[in-house]
Amino acid sequence: MKHLLGIRELSAEQITHLLDTAESFRDISKREIKKVPALRGRTVINLFFEASTRTRTSFEIAAKRLSADAINISVSTSSVSKGETLLDTARNLQAMSPDCIVIRHASAGAPYHLTRVCDAAIVNAGDGSHEHPTQALLDALTIREHKNGIEGLKVAIIGDILHSRVARSNVYLLSKLGATVSVAGPGTLVPREFAELIEQGVRVEQRIEDAVADADVVMVLRIQRERQTDAFFPSMREYAVHYGLHPNHLSLAAPDAIVMHPGPMNRGIEVSSEIADGGRSLILDQVTNGVAVRMAVLYLLAGSEHAELPSVHPGEDDLESRAAGGVRGRTRHQTRGTRN
Amino acid sequence: MEFTEKARIMDDARINRALARLASEIVEENHGLTDLVLVGIRRRGVPLANRIADKIEDLEGTRPPVGILDITLYRDDLSTVGAKPIVSGTELPGDIENRTIVLVDDVLYTGRTVRAALDQLIDFGRPRRVQLAVLVDRGNEHRELPIQADYIGKHVPTKKSEIIKVMLTDFDEDEGVLIVERPAAEAAA
Repeated sequence: MKHLLGIRELSAEQITHLLDTAESFRDISKREIKKVPALRGRTVINLFFEASTRTRTSFEIAAKRLSADAINISVSTSSVSKGETLLDTARNLQAMSPDCIVIRHASAGAPYHLTRVCDAAIVNAGDGSHEHPTQALLDALTIREHKNGIEGLKVAIIGDILHSRVARSNVYLLSKLGATVSVAGPGTLVPREFAELIEQGVRVEQRIEDAVADADVVMVLRIQRERQTDAFFPSMREYAVHYGLHPNHLSLAAPDAIVMHPGPMNRGIEVSSEIADGGRSLILDQVTNGVAVRMAVLYLLAGSEHAELPSVHPGEDDLESRAAGGVRGRTRHQTRGTRN
Repeated sequence: MEFTEKARIMDDARINRALARLASEIVEENHGLTDLVLVGIRRRGVPLANRIADKIEDLEGTRPPVGILDITLYRDDLSTVGAKPIVSGTELPGDIENRTIVLVDDVLYTGRTVRAALDQLIDFGRPRRVQLAVLVDRGNEHRELPIQADYIGKHVPTKKSEIIKVMLTDFDEDEGVLIVERPAAEAAA
């Protein structure tokens, strides 16, 4: 695996390996010295064309905890604001020999575009309404931590499914790992003909109560007002009444159900404060796990040249011989093109 | 990858005797168990550390705490390893500040594993003293760093084309130490 463009391209085995690796990185953030030398001398560029605090900071902390040099470029301070194209920006960054470029862009497919001109490992930190793979991975790590696994769980995803890259990545991931997913939201934001999700075995519900019933995990999504060019529902107040998650909804879920939200939250609209700050809410655990997941992703992509797991010779302390396995070339993952 | 077995240099009984001797040397050198912690280097250093701790308990009536070091993130050859390096995590039994640490590994060869283990250990605290115990020492002529063991189960002079293969029933079907020949293509590389 050279790039992380989306969950759709990953196998269940690759996802599990990423989660297992992330689990071991979680401990590093609890140490007094929160730093290991694994990516010393590597350069990670965070190229953010959309506003982000949580994800960009999380990638920056992850890179720094692995001893990589992290450089942040946001669109307002980059040459993009002077009219430079994404391709030219990418070519210029490539000329500076980064090992990894983390990109967030409003257009689906932008990270894939970068793989065609850059040698660096490309990590999708959210591309339009397409995918947000590290968010799905951190959600999965959080679920696994609290539910001891994902297979057989019932997960309800509530809200603006249509515009949500988080929902899409989560549907792919949770389905691949054996969970049953139901989505619910206003008909305009979860159209019944959402064939792509139904292909994944997802149940599309119109009523939040139907999706939440007996759910082990309830994921609430943010209303993405910035992506909504049409009026998808009459008013925020009406949305809050019909699709906001309230304690009466949660009483329909499994008794030990957990609540998640990718943030930032619109309190009182998609989720009540009572739930957001309640004992079942894992919203801050998700943020903590985000650093561990991003450390795992950077470590596995930026730290290694080769694509085959080496065989470990028993009884040999020589690092070279521990590493000596068959060496294949890098594997480029294909993804679909721009959706917008 | 095909390996050719050249010699079996230790069987289960000899491994057991070597570990008993290491346990007794560790107790003698440290004048007992005060502040002693055994730390095994993943993977095979861990069962070896546990077995030495059991033998120390037989001798002294008290079992020293045993920790686990995973040095994967401290390796200096990350770019040459596979794309799916396995990170298994480090577990130390409490504070190591001012304690005597005995690092335990199966084979001492170039010394780079021990260098990585020392780097990691220092990130967790400042031990008073760090010692090294290995089941097999391949000899100073292969060392790439100024590192040597304090306790050695067996000294085995080897050629670079050879590999010491330690098998423990914790991970393998058989128990013993073999000298095996690297495949010709790899040895020539």
